[in-house]
Amino acid sequence: MSLLKVEKLTKSFGGLTAVSNVNMEIEKGELVGLIGPNGAGKTTLFNLLTGVYVPSSGQILLDIEGNVKELGGLKPYNVTKSGLARTFQNIRLFKDLTVLDNVRIAMHQNVKYGMIRAFFHSNKYFEEEARMTKEAEDLLEIFNLSGKKNELAKNLPYGEQRHLEIVRAMATKPVLLLLDEPAAGMNPNETAALTGLIQKIRKDYGLTVLLIEHDMSLVMKICERIYVLDYGMLIAAGKPEEIRNNKRVIEAYLGEEVSHA
Amino acid sequence: MKALTKKNLLILGSILLSFAIVQGLIMAGLLNAFYEITLATICINIILAVSLNLVTGFTGQFSLGHAGFMSIGAYVCAIINMEMRSTSGFLLGIFAGAIAAGLVGILIGIPTLRLKGDYLAIATLGMAEIIRVLFLNMEITNGAAGLSGIPRFTNWPWLCLFTVATVVLINNFLHSSPGRACISIREDEIAAESMGINTTKYKVMAFAIGAFFAGTAGALYSSYFYIIQPGRFDFLKSIDILVIVVLGGLGSMTGSIFAAILLAILTTFLQSFTAVRMIVYAALLVIIMIFRPKGLMGTTEINDLFSRRPFFGKKDERIE
Repeated sequence: MSLLKVEKLTKSFGGLTAVSNVNMEIEKGELVGLIGPNGAGKTTLFNLLTGVYVPSSGQILLDIEGNVKELGGLKPYNVTKSGLARTFQNIRLFKDLTVLDNVRIAMHQNVKYGMIRAFFHSNKYFEEEARMTKEAEDLLEIFNLSGKKNELAKNLPYGEQRHLEIVRAMATKPVLLLLDEPAAGMNPNETAALTGLIQKIRKDYGLTVLLIEHDMSLVMKICERIYVLDYGMLIAAGKPEEIRNNKRVIEAYLGEEVSHA
Repeated sequence: MKALTKKNLLILGSILLSFAIVQGLIMAGLLNAFYEITLATICINIILAVSLNLVTGFTGQFSLGHAGFMSIGAYVCAIINMEMRSTSGFLLGIFAGAIAAGLVGILIGIPTLRLKGDYLAIATLGMAEIIRVLFLNMEITNGAAGLSGIPRFTNWPWLCLFTVATVVLINNFLHSSPGRACISIREDEIAAESMGINTTKYKVMAFAIGAFFAGTAGALYSSYFYIIQPGRFDFLKSIDILVIVVLGGLGSMTGSIFAAILLAILTTFLQSFTAVRMIVYAALLVIIMIFRPKGLMGTTEINDLFSRRPFFGKKDERIE
């Protein structure tokens, strides 16, 4: 089975079906793009995958080395524990905390000391804190943020805040990384740098990545396969060059051609 | 041992020194009963404020029911202490009172912490009222007359020990991974949950720890003032504690300590102006909040003033 298998996933809010009958498969190690016009249901799909919303119907199956797990209906923190991590479209950093603490918070689920040791600061506490700080700094180093580890997250420039979101998601040790518009608001140079970084972390950490993006230069360049959503329905799936020439996709973005003038 | 750093030794030294000075003044009879009561009030208020700050300032859960937990500690300790009139009875009473308050904290936290902001405040207010009315109607608590003739074991050394222990333990907790998990809930609950943090668990945990220490403060209170009545733990008491926390700065331990001391000194000083006392008190609170809207310390701690974070008006923030 593929790493992630989504079957007939549907989410309705009252009378509005935001995601309808979506089928998706993501193989281990792939970099898959999810595109679609505004309001197509991309972020809703992300929220379903990460447990923010409970699906109205359908299945989300995650297969980690033969261990198949149904993610639909799990709480977000349990989804994260299962190996999915995400970033947010509108940055959701812990603004008043330092860069280092932002990353260390994401490492909390793997900490090996409990409440009593936290109160009395035992030797185990110091060992674990040193380990976490080291790992956090190593991750920050990849994104050239280790020099700013003691800055407050809100004082970072916009591009670096986006990077920190990715670092924070990486700190949960995910198998599958979901990036929600990682390049939003970036200039072409920053986007190019980000493209390189995503490819690098994917290779170095053996990650599978699913990303939502409006910047077609990024999507077409790095995605191996692309899914296209429109009005909550999957209208196309395939390699970038296939998507580029797909008639339905062009219609979704630009509108239908008027057949009789 | 990493705990024995230069900084920690310095803190320990200054605590021992101030303890010794006050103890010396008491033994020399230079501190009259009135000032001694002020001192006890300061210590108890520090414990209450620091524990409420953990819930409201650090975890971001607005609670108006802290006096309820305090009263549980006070009553449990008083009842045990009146049965066992000894220091061991006193210590057992404090421990039992704190545990009882902590357990009630868990019980109340699980349903109420689903609520947010104002709604949570109202729910916690209601639950503190329920506790008060229960004490008002139970036989073992002697109703509205309350319990009197509680043996007095709380003295300066015990107060100092419990205050320091509370501050150190809560501070340790906040600088650990579970503590950071709590703070992340205040910062952004959705993001925290997406980073693998069971937010319900940590909210209830913070609430229970806060209740535990509020229970400790209540126990010390009952053993110091001989008498406890349900009326002393009403809504206004919760507000008093909240005022200390907000004045000191939501999310600043040292802020809570300073504010507890400042307000106690202010109250003592204003005793001689009975007529205008409450007006001046309220006016001063308003003035402080106008000039320092985030409280005296904001979210900074005293040691931050000497290191990385700027204290007075962050320029870059205003531009944004």
